[in-house]
Amino acid sequence: MELLMAIVAGILFTAAIYLILSRSLIKVILGTGLLSHGAHLFILTMGGLGGSAPPVLLDGVTEYADPLPQALILTAIVISFGVTAFILVLAYRTYAVHKTDDLNSMKGNDEHD
Amino acid sequence: MINLLLFPIIIPFFFAIVLLFFKEQVRIQRILTVIGLSASIASAFTLVMKVKQDGIQTLTLGSWPAPFGITMVSDMFSALLVTSTLVITLLVAIYSFSSIGEERERFFYYPAILFMITGVNGAFTTGDIFNMFVFFEVLLIASYLLIVLGGEKRQLRESIKYILVNVISSAFFVITVAYLYSIVGTLNMADIGQKIADIGQPGIVSVIGVLLLLVFGIKAGIFPLYFWMPGSYAAPPVPILALFGALLTKVGVYAITRTYTLFFVNDLAFTHTILMVLSLLTIVAGCIGALAYFDLKQIIIYNILIAIGVILFGVSMMNEAGMQGAVFYLIHDMLIKGALFLIIGIMIYVTGTSNLREMGGLIKTHAPLGWLFLIAAFGLAGIPPLSGFVGKLLIVQGGFEHGQLFGTIVILASSLVVLLSVIRIFIYAFWGEPVALQPTNRKTYKHMMFPAVILVALSVLYGVGTEWIFPYVSDAAHVLLDPSSYINAVLKE
Repeated sequence: MELLMAIVAGILFTAAIYLILSRSLIKVILGTGLLSHGAHLFILTMGGLGGSAPPVLLDGVTEYADPLPQALILTAIVISFGVTAFILVLAYRTYAVHKTDDLNSMKGNDEHD
Repeated sequence: MINLLLFPIIIPFFFAIVLLFFKEQVRIQRILTVIGLSASIASAFTLVMKVKQDGIQTLTLGSWPAPFGITMVSDMFSALLVTSTLVITLLVAIYSFSSIGEERERFFYYPAILFMITGVNGAFTTGDIFNMFVFFEVLLIASYLLIVLGGEKRQLRESIKYILVNVISSAFFVITVAYLYSIVGTLNMADIGQKIADIGQPGIVSVIGVLLLLVFGIKAGIFPLYFWMPGSYAAPPVPILALFGALLTKVGVYAITRTYTLFFVNDLAFTHTILMVLSLLTIVAGCIGALAYFDLKQIIIYNILIAIGVILFGVSMMNEAGMQGAVFYLIHDMLIKGALFLIIGIMIYVTGTSNLREMGGLIKTHAPLGWLFLIAAFGLAGIPPLSGFVGKLLIVQGGFEHGQLFGTIVILASSLVVLLSVIRIFIYAFWGEPVALQPTNRKTYKHMMFPAVILVALSVLYGVGTEWIFPYVSDAAHVLLDPSSYINAVLKE
């Protein structure tokens, strides 16, 4: 199961990198979304998938799933959700002002302002 | 167990929340910001004294015992950084009163600064690697707001790049934490350091070391990850640039220093050689940039790179002199970069341009500004007895003790380039034929001068008062070089 999840995370990273390297701003943002999905899945996998055991810690119980990775991805998901929402609004504003979503034409330096 | 070390994090956070309710009352916002930051500074100074007296202070949140709950740790290194962060922020906030413009002040400028300081101080204080990620996000999200505040065409374009770079680096941070967790099964930094020492740093841990260097290097702007910095930092107005240049890059440097002295200390030949080579390349890249541009902002931004290279070179030596020098130089650089950015902000306000070629003869009309700039410039280049000298002297001493002749000579040569780059500003802007100036308000000019003068005076005091400050710096370096004292303080509570 861990191996399968590792492969899935790898595929997510591949797709994310492909999208991030494209020119369209919206595709890049979708790419960062996939990248954080991959990272979250990866954290869950690396913590070890606990099978069907419940994530509780009692005296004498030896069989339990590690609750920490789940707490970690919960935090990470919330953060990436907020950042993605912000960056989408920003991308829209940038599109409205610059009249383009092509990153190549957004290179710009002082001479081209 | 002591709550004191949370105050520099919580007080700005609390005031930021209160400020959100006073969106239109700029006056109240200003007063509350000054009160909040002053209170934080008072608590930070108390913390420094406490750490000096009683050693490393720790707090485990929710009273979960050390390796399980989130630990906050304040050693001398983090306490000093927290204090200088707050002092610089207060002065930049006062500078903003007359320079940032009411439009921006109404759009949550001060709350954003305070939220950012919450994140910065949290990142300095935390003793948990995932909690550090969270505080990084706190400061990053506030910095996203600050960099785009105002919504000028150029700002929008540059903030998109800034945010994308940082989102990707955050994803890498999460991945690295996952790797680390799968190997040592803990997130507490002291515990990680201990467990890595137990397993003797196999190859995978060195891979994690390089990954962490990548993550923090993007924030700190080391070679070759600094590509986003000159463009993005030049976009927002000067007070925001001063905060970013003085504080945000230093958080990356702090994180590299902490992890490279606490985690990856068993294979110095590999990890620290990489760090040293990259720091030297950063210095070279910074030198090229600092001489290549005729834009005031760009010259000082590239000087940030040089300073980061110098500090990390000191860290990578891993001996007493090098580490003391790195700590001393880190705080010096926060003060002097803040001061320089404030000064060039005044120069841009007076002349209406940041292009050196369009300036000239300012010394005839603005003599105090010229002398202030010259003092700050000499301080940056490290001319004794100003503050840059002692730090660089110690780093050079550390380099020679380590037997790194070539690297040390690069450091010394870089001082000359730094001096040349800032003296070039002085010659172009202050000498020569006076050019027509913008009509400026004398009162605004004076209000802008005040915090700049204080900051330069602080940096001069920092240099002249080395004798008095050195015990603190030496304490900080001692903990960095002896990770067991950090580990014991956290785990043997």
